Amino acid sequence: MLIEIQDLKRGYNMGQEDVWALNGVTLQVEKGEFVAIMGHSGSGKSTLLNVLGCLDVPTSGRYILDGTPVAGMNRAALARVRNQKIGFVFQSFNLLSRTTARENVELPMLYNPTAPRGKALHDRAEYLLEHVGLGDRMLHTPGQLSGGQQQRVAIARALMNNPPLLLADEPTGNLDSHASQEIMHYFRKLNEQGQTIVMVTHETDIAAYAKRKIVMRDGKVLP
Amino acid sequence: MNGMMIFKVALRALLRNKVRSILTALGIIVGIAAVIAVVAIGEGASTSMKAQISSMGDNMLIVFGGSMKKGGVHGGSGGFQTLMSEDGEAMSRDYPELIKAYTPLVRSGGQAIYQENNWATQIQGVTPTFVAVRKWDVASGVFFTDADLRAGARVCVVGQTIVDSLFNGQDPIGETFRVRNIPFKVLGVLSKKGTTSMGQDQDDIIIMPLTTVKRVLRRGSFNNVDQLLFSIYDMGQMAEAKRAMSDLLRQRHRLGPTVEDDFTIIDMTEISDMLTSVSSMMTILMAVVASISLLVGGIGIMNIMLVSVTERTREIGLRMAIGAAPVAILLQFLTEAAVLSTLGGVLGILLGVVGAYTVGDINKWPIYVTPISVIISFGFSAFVGIFFGFYPALRASRLNPIDCLRYE
Repeated sequence: MLIEIQDLKRGYNMGQEDVWALNGVTLQVEKGEFVAIMGHSGSGKSTLLNVLGCLDVPTSGRYILDGTPVAGMNRAALARVRNQKIGFVFQSFNLLSRTTARENVELPMLYNPTAPRGKALHDRAEYLLEHVGLGDRMLHTPGQLSGGQQQRVAIARALMNNPPLLLADEPTGNLDSHASQEIMHYFRKLNEQGQTIVMVTHETDIAAYAKRKIVMRDGKVLP
Repeated sequence: MNGMMIFKVALRALLRNKVRSILTALGIIVGIAAVIAVVAIGEGASTSMKAQISSMGDNMLIVFGGSMKKGGVHGGSGGFQTLMSEDGEAMSRDYPELIKAYTPLVRSGGQAIYQENNWATQIQGVTPTFVAVRKWDVASGVFFTDADLRAGARVCVVGQTIVDSLFNGQDPIGETFRVRNIPFKVLGVLSKKGTTSMGQDQDDIIIMPLTTVKRVLRRGSFNNVDQLLFSIYDMGQMAEAKRAMSDLLRQRHRLGPTVEDDFTIIDMTEISDMLTSVSSMMTILMAVVASISLLVGGIGIMNIMLVSVTERTREIGLRMAIGAAPVAILLQFLTEAAVLSTLGGVLGILLGVVGAYTVGDINKWPIYVTPISVIISFGFSAFVGIFFGFYPALRASRLNPIDCLRYE
């Protein structure tokens, strides 16, 4: 079991009343699954992804990631969990501008104290970039790459520390349909190789690539 | 991230905005350059002043006769001939632990004539210990001896200016010139002393045995002298020596407790202390002005770092999302500020040194760049960066990654 969530709540204080973005979510994800979380805006799917990604801390409930309870951790410990257990793919790529593709991909390992340095680091980044089909673009900066290529750099970056969980937040939201298909094909290929993926999307044709769909509404998972 | 990597990341972030980085560092550059230049000029001035003062003699104590009130009229310093050569001899005898060397001195002057040249100069009569008291030896030839002193021999040593103007730069040793039609033989030439800070040429002088000046030039019969020159063993004994001297002279001159001193004692440390305190006060004053500009430079760094944190909010969010701990973000921005200000400091030091030497060259001022001022400036510039960079860095490290990633 990679993800175990029990009765997870995340509330925000909006003036007079509390608003529950997550209102008792219970969810389990096995290793090797490819899960799509769907729902309208305001359904709580982004909050769930943030909590899963250890970017946000739940108000109450239990969250065990890869055997480690993360609910009560401090910021530094959460950063370590994010670094070693989670790879993020964002809608807007979030690559560092004026920085080469290879350096962008290397970034997570620079924050990993146990990771190799120097040539081994370059080798790993180059291997991943070749794997996503950008072997000839390693020294290009994001400005010189198309949207689909940028997202592939971002995927390579997410895989750098070989995390057990890959989280994608609307990964095709900024891409045209052709690039979207490429990215989703690549996700499916990764999943077939054993990578656990949890993806948030509101597009049904994108969600169709996943093996399992979860629909959220009003902070709860629909049965 | 280890130190080297943090440094590289910081350097790259600064290089991305070259013009902005340089403009930000300019405050520090100007501040440090001002400190370095001001201190170099100040130190140069005080070093040359000290050298000039120490060239006057070895821990020298000078006693002038004078300033005695006679019938209600004050004479100026040296106005009365009250000092005896024996006063100094008694001092040397009574305080051998203080007095290293002693010479009495009488002054005269006259027109020296050699062949077709003539030159008005001052003539001082001293004993051979003069060499030790004033740390002033002959460059060529010999100084006159005790035998010359006893005999009142018509011999002398001359300063470099005399050689140049009276002897046309030729070697004067063994030559004879005349003063008031009395012939004097040159035994040696004194080493060059240069001009005092007051503009007096110390080399324009003829030194003769005391007895010669008194008997031959002044035709005096009394045993009084104009000055007593002492060399004290140690700078720290100066106050003690002055006190002993004063007591001894009052006793020997039989001055009652209510009577004023009939002598004046001046020690060289007083003059040098006064001059150095003036120059160090100026240095401190200018250093304060310079530190204000450093303060302004530091605030400039803080300002730009705050802008930079805001600009790079998404980058901060991304770095946090992929595993940068708050402390890593803090260190990144802190390093950036420190690198910025330290580079500014290094450039400032270079600019300050070049500036100081240029100004010194134009004005013919002595320049002395002290290593300590360079080290302090460097350390201070790094401190300014860390101090003023801390708040922006802390703000960056406390940002919430979710908000950062959403930031437009």
